[in-house]
Amino acid sequence: MPCERPSTDSASVRPNRPEALSGPASRRVFLAATSAVGGVLAAGPAAAEAAPLNMEWAASAPEPSTCVTLTVNGERHTLTMDNRTSLLDLLREHLGLTGAKKGCDAGACGACTVLVDGRRVVSCLMLAVRLEGAEITTVEGLERGGRLHPLQQAFIDQDAFQCGFCTPGQIMSALGCVQEAHTGCAEEIREWMSGNLCRCGCYPNIVRAVEQAARGW
Amino acid sequence: MHSFVYTRASGLRQALDAARRGGRYLAGGTTLVDLMRETVERPAVLVDIAGLPLRDVTLTADGTLRIGALARMAEAAAHPGIRAAHPVVCEALELSASPQLRTVATIGGNLMQRTRCPYFRDVTAACNKREPGSGCPAREGVHRTHAILGTSRQCVATHPSDLAVALAALDADVRVLGPGGERAVPLTAFLLPPGDTPHREHALGPGELITAVDIPPHPRPLRSGYLKVRDRRSLEFALTSAAVALHIRGGVIREAKLAAGGVGTVPWRLPAVERRLIGERPSNRLWSQAAARAADGARPLPGNRFKTELLKRTVERQLRVVGGGR
Ligand SMILES: Cc1cc2nc3c(=O)[nH]c(=O)nc-3n(C[C@H](O)[C@H](O)[C@H](O)COP(=O)(O)OP(=O)(O)OC[C@H]3O[C@@H](n4cnc5c(N)ncnc54)[C@H](O)[C@@H]3O)c2cc1C
Ligand code: SF4
Ligand code: FES
Ligand code: FES
Repeated sequence: MPCERPSTDSASVRPNRPEALSGPASRRVFLAATSAVGGVLAAGPAAAEAAPLNMEWAASAPEPSTCVTLTVNGERHTLTMDNRTSLLDLLREHLGLTGAKKGCDAGACGACTVLVDGRRVVSCLMLAVRLEGAEITTVEGLERGGRLHPLQQAFIDQDAFQCGFCTPGQIMSALGCVQEAHTGCAEEIREWMSGNLCRCGCYPNIVRAVEQAARGW
Repeated sequence: MHSFVYTRASGLRQALDAARRGGRYLAGGTTLVDLMRETVERPAVLVDIAGLPLRDVTLTADGTLRIGALARMAEAAAHPGIRAAHPVVCEALELSASPQLRTVATIGGNLMQRTRCPYFRDVTAACNKREPGSGCPAREGVHRTHAILGTSRQCVATHPSDLAVALAALDADVRVLGPGGERAVPLTAFLLPPGDTPHREHALGPGELITAVDIPPHPRPLRSGYLKVRDRRSLEFALTSAAVALHIRGGVIREAKLAAGGVGTVPWRLPAVERRLIGERPSNRLWSQAAARAADGARPLPGNRFKTELLKRTVERQLRVVGGGR
């Protein structure tokens, strides 16, 4: 099957859509590019000299990349991506699914939680090249025919968010939590939802939302 | 992150071959990808081993409990056979990382995880473990979470695994496959204290693969459990931890196996505590007297002196939980 995108498809550090260079995304791109240069600097003086040219150079000599076919929310995609692309960046930067959030990019906050083959994972530490044939579910894939998923409804009913940044990750993690049947009591839910931080401190309401959804499961 | 070539191993031999040619094993990726993003790790070739048939938990003919290196932490934690025989292992796993990390993180990768010392993770800082000979800023700098046992002039970083502490208490072996065949290395010899070579952390030779962890049969059934003390209730590494396994018969402690975490540069067995317990009758007084020896040999730094007392109390508390309070 031919790939949807040419093999110059970018890593997380390089925008693959022109609009990513303007507007709010530009700061993130700048920061990401800066950190890539920092990494190159550490490799020694020769690499440091080449660093400012990194982005141009990459356009003519693509980094090692791989063609992968995977299913996201029921839709099949075949794309070639830089091997460094995380599942989180694949979703957000390549597929335009910005539900999963980048909080820490280090596995420590849960904002990027999605399901891979039915199990919850942190997508920031999952290399997308590994996901040949995998089925991914993100928060965008939960509603059915315009009806919210019971967990989404429960988060609204229980007022389980304030700014909402952590919410997609909370909901996807809650889906795992309920399917794993770790909903015996509030204490158990707290422990099994502890991979998801909420900067707004909505924890009591999040626990209630998970309880509500678990009751109707 | 530096770019790398990605390959998927289709079998054990291919994996070993690829690694011998310089490839780096990728299991769950929860340590490796994180450190690659920080450019602490810069592998040129990744060898994906997650699909290799090393995922089962089995009981061998002689009663050894064998946990495949690629069993996911969540699977091992939920395994009824492990839970029945050695709850300390399941408890250590369930108190580790987070549910959505444990679905992908593996048993082998867990033992091989690198220290959480902030200087090690920061490529702009000096660090003897990352850049041998560059120095150890933790000694004079921030070291509240660092080790008090097994430290050297070169490095005072802890080994962060909880699982390794439980396995150390149970005398587990690490099974290692290399070009010359398979061998078993006691876990306590597998992980290396820093000494003068803090960059050497384990007994694996180049390209060698962990295939399984073996917990030997314990003819005298053990009661066991794990206690982890940390700055927050969950999703945090240990400040101190205690793995305790006891065999009590006729009101007398016949066997005692203890190890501590969060305090050592490697999982720390507590032989002095064990000796004090064996042959004695359980009592709160005994727990406290035995635990008083938990920090023997400790050399804390100014910022982590509190760990000496915290370790003793952690061990005492868990002795009471496992052995009973009276
Ligand atoms: C936010 C966060 C919190 C965490 N909290 C805890 C905690 O509280 N307690 C705890 O114990 N851990 C904790 N961890 C660490 C986590 O448990 C480890 O990252 C995980 O177990 C590593 O396993 P992996 O399969 O993902 O390894 P990988 O990242 O795939 O590999 C790690 C290393 O092991 C090597 N390797 C992997 N498998 C093998 C093998 N079979 N043979 C030879 N080499 C191999 C790899 O080459 C690599 O060098 C935490 C991690 C994160 C990100
Ligand atoms: S304690 Fe060890 S890991 Fe941390 S800075 Fe010192 S040498 Fe590096
Ligand atoms: S962004 Fe993935 S865990 Fe924080
Ligand atoms: S609602 Fe704001 S971070 Fe959770």
